[in-house]
Amino acid sequence: MKVAVVTFPGSNCDYDLYKAAQQVGAEPTFIWHRERGLDGYDAVLLPGGFSYGDYLRAGAIARMSPVMEDVIAYATKGGPVLGICNGFQILCEAGLLPGALVRNSGLKFASKDVLLRVERNNTIFTSSYTAGQVLRIPIAHGEGNYEADRETLERIEEGGQVVFRYVDSAGDTTDDANPNGSWHGIAGLVNEGGNVLGMMPHPERAMEDLLGSTDGIGVFTSLIASLSALAS
Amino acid sequence: MKPRPGLLDPQGKAIHHALNSLGWDGVADVRVGKAIYIDVAAESQQAALEVADAMCRKLLANPVTEDYEVSGISELEGAGA
Repeated sequence: MKVAVVTFPGSNCDYDLYKAAQQVGAEPTFIWHRERGLDGYDAVLLPGGFSYGDYLRAGAIARMSPVMEDVIAYATKGGPVLGICNGFQILCEAGLLPGALVRNSGLKFASKDVLLRVERNNTIFTSSYTAGQVLRIPIAHGEGNYEADRETLERIEEGGQVVFRYVDSAGDTTDDANPNGSWHGIAGLVNEGGNVLGMMPHPERAMEDLLGSTDGIGVFTSLIASLSALAS
Repeated sequence: MKPRPGLLDPQGKAIHHALNSLGWDGVADVRVGKAIYIDVAAESQQAALEVADAMCRKLLANPVTEDYEVSGISELEGAGA
């Protein structure tokens, strides 16, 4: 399985993502934002960080990078694309996912472990989990507050596009469990085709017991299992 | 650029509270936007407006969260017309 890890100036989770891909048996390659061509890759991963210093809006300038034209074409053809944190922000700016990520409601940068409920396990990114499973995964962001207009929110809820929600230890969405003010506690969602996932929490930082959690592994094993099933 | 109506603006809210605590009780709402100053070569003020508008649509404003307006167009001193 060949996966592309797209790197922008200011990306800082690119090596974590590279290592996460290796850990589940994939063969990762870094793709610099000025490079072109994603043919031949089985999946494309957009890492977290602060591309272009988050100037203008988080992800807004990275979205104009040459490689993003290829990412958009790749996703439009149904190719699997995973954007984490800044990667999620870039996917929203690029119009591959609906809505936008704005300043956390508490105005503070939030860096801590959160609990996430897996809303769906029938996606290529979550098949290793069970629906309703609660994961412990870290977040680290200042702009993770998911917002969209009312019509869009209704559409993504009705369409079952929400994949992860912030919850408390009982598995319930509460204001206290929501670290950034996201609408309905949305932490991650897929596009209508189900081939593009954006999520603010960092599964690539929850891959080893030594680092406090292995709950993130499932995102990558799910993706590899789904790609293997497609290839066979 | 300013936050679209109805969108939570946490910065505006924080400033609103600060103004209230300083005694300005009559403040109904505070929204924080941003201004971008662009120096552009154009044939006319109308042409400059059109260029700036295109820039807003393509990059400068996010239509999901922000409304924008182009204003204050003027000719810079020394700029050739």
